[in-house]
Amino acid sequence: MSTDAANKTGKPVTLDAFDTERIKADFPILQEQINGHRLVYLDNAATTQKPRVVINALIEHYRKNNANVHRGLHTLAERSTEGFERTRAHIARFINVPDTGEVILTKGATEAINLVTYGWGEHNIKPGDEIVLTEMEHHANFVPWVTLAQKKGAVIRRIPITVCGHLDLSDIDKIITPKTKLLALCHASNVLGTINQVAELAKRAHEFGAVVVGDGAQAAPHMTVDIQQLGVDFYAFSAHKMLGPTGVGVLWGRRELLENMTPFNYGGEMIREVGYERITFNDLPWKFEAGTPNIADVVAFDEALTYLEDIGMDRIRAHEMALTKYALERLSEISGIEIQGPQDVESRGAAISFTDPTIHPHDISTFLDSRGIAIRAGHHCAQPLMRTLGKVATARASLYIYNTESDIDALYDALLEMRKYFGV
Amino acid sequence: MSSNLDDMYREIILDHFRSPRGKKEVDRADISSDGQNPSCGDELSLQVEMDHDVLKDVHVSCRGCAISVASASMLAETIKGKSFEEVKALAETVKKMLKGEPTELPDDLGDIEALQGVRQFPVRIKCALLAWVTLVEGMKSYENGHAGHTTVSTEDGNGKTEK
Ligand SMILES: Cc1ncc(COP(=O)(O)O)c(C=O)c1O
Repeated sequence: MSTDAANKTGKPVTLDAFDTERIKADFPILQEQINGHRLVYLDNAATTQKPRVVINALIEHYRKNNANVHRGLHTLAERSTEGFERTRAHIARFINVPDTGEVILTKGATEAINLVTYGWGEHNIKPGDEIVLTEMEHHANFVPWVTLAQKKGAVIRRIPITVCGHLDLSDIDKIITPKTKLLALCHASNVLGTINQVAELAKRAHEFGAVVVGDGAQAAPHMTVDIQQLGVDFYAFSAHKMLGPTGVGVLWGRRELLENMTPFNYGGEMIREVGYERITFNDLPWKFEAGTPNIADVVAFDEALTYLEDIGMDRIRAHEMALTKYALERLSEISGIEIQGPQDVESRGAAISFTDPTIHPHDISTFLDSRGIAIRAGHHCAQPLMRTLGKVATARASLYIYNTESDIDALYDALLEMRKYFGV
Repeated sequence: MSSNLDDMYREIILDHFRSPRGKKEVDRADISSDGQNPSCGDELSLQVEMDHDVLKDVHVSCRGCAISVASASMLAETIKGKSFEEVKALAETVKKMLKGEPTELPDDLGDIEALQGVRQFPVRIKCALLAWVTLVEGMKSYENGHAGHTTVSTEDGNGKTEK
């Protein structure tokens, strides 16, 4: 492994140093037998499994600390509020944001992006304005913008992809222009794995005063995300794709923008003073958090972040790069298997989409499941991209911290077995 | 689930998948109908040549999963030479069989019976139905005197999405 993957202590990171067996033991579900086989979980881009510390934190919260947040003046309410806000502060540190008021808790990346669409887009997108998207967006970062554009008479421009699955920036001067009001792009693609040059594109868009939204759902779980370096204006991700519970997401936004935005939901918690004539809204971030939030899951997310930090995001990235390289090599040994997205692991994450020339992805998935292997098959909520790729669906294996070379070997063996089974 | 797997992908089904029947084009397409399962991406196109009341010849081509391909192939094999009414009744029977509704399975169901295992995989039922739904739509339109083309989707309006 190259030395640039060295961790902070300067010690070179290798797969050996990355104790996957120990990590695996922290995830109770990985002991499950599925259809008589050891579970090989390769559907991490959809959602990851949860370590014992996260599961325990949920139980602990309900057993010892449960109360509503921000409202009560009793011990449990204080504990609950403290736990809730502790996670917010932790998220801020995790993405290198000094101002915790800029960290808004949502129910997921989808809601986070929609919050920007409603809170910012509704008031700032005008007829004729241009919204730039990429061809590899998840529906979560596509549908809200296209719908907004239709409503406002704005124009959608798209950054195409190259045959290798990178963004094609050859005509970028014609795509990001003075008309650009918004650039929304994924930091990493859930289908191709591609890691995009967000900082470079954000800089370009900012030259024209555009606002930049980064969809970090597939990046924040897998690498160090430093908001200051990315230079975006909004950034969204989901806790459940990074060891945390479902129902928790994050929207980070620049304070100046957030302060000028209208709330997305109205109700309790998001107000300062309410009267019949006049209502004043609460400060950031609570202005955007109407109603009782998902307290227990937010509290438990803190443990997920700690777990990731204890391993180290740079080491996680190094582990995934090594494993992705191995997976790409193994899969390409199988004749006919077509792999989507970049081949060099430097510019891609650990979501690997592939197709077989005759066996439909759904048949692949069903067969693999019978061998205890969980992958995903379908359009992965990226139909525009599927059209570009000329596929109706792909199979996707996506890796995470607890995956090992033996998981890839199991996938390889099962794919060979599958071809025999279907007789192709 | 391994035993279930063999239940769904019975040898007869895999045989139809490997070498689908009904490949030969028809001389005259009196009925022409396309069908799709958008969430799976299955695509099917079907043409029938009529001789009075009888489905004289059928051509079907299907791009999709093993179940949709095999089901389309079985349809092509079974309906040839049957009357309009017979095929309509058969389509009803197949639908009921796949949805697990009580129905008497006729003796001449042939290979189609092998599709029963699909019932254990609810998301796949629409794959097995695709060819039949497409045929029935085409027949309806023919009956109503509309020559030309019909297009159907098995998923219209049910709002199913996929992550
Ligand atoms: C790239 C990308 N963006 C957004 C999302 C939406 O995340 P969630 O469903 O957690 O809101 C996903 C999840 O599938 C994703 O992969």
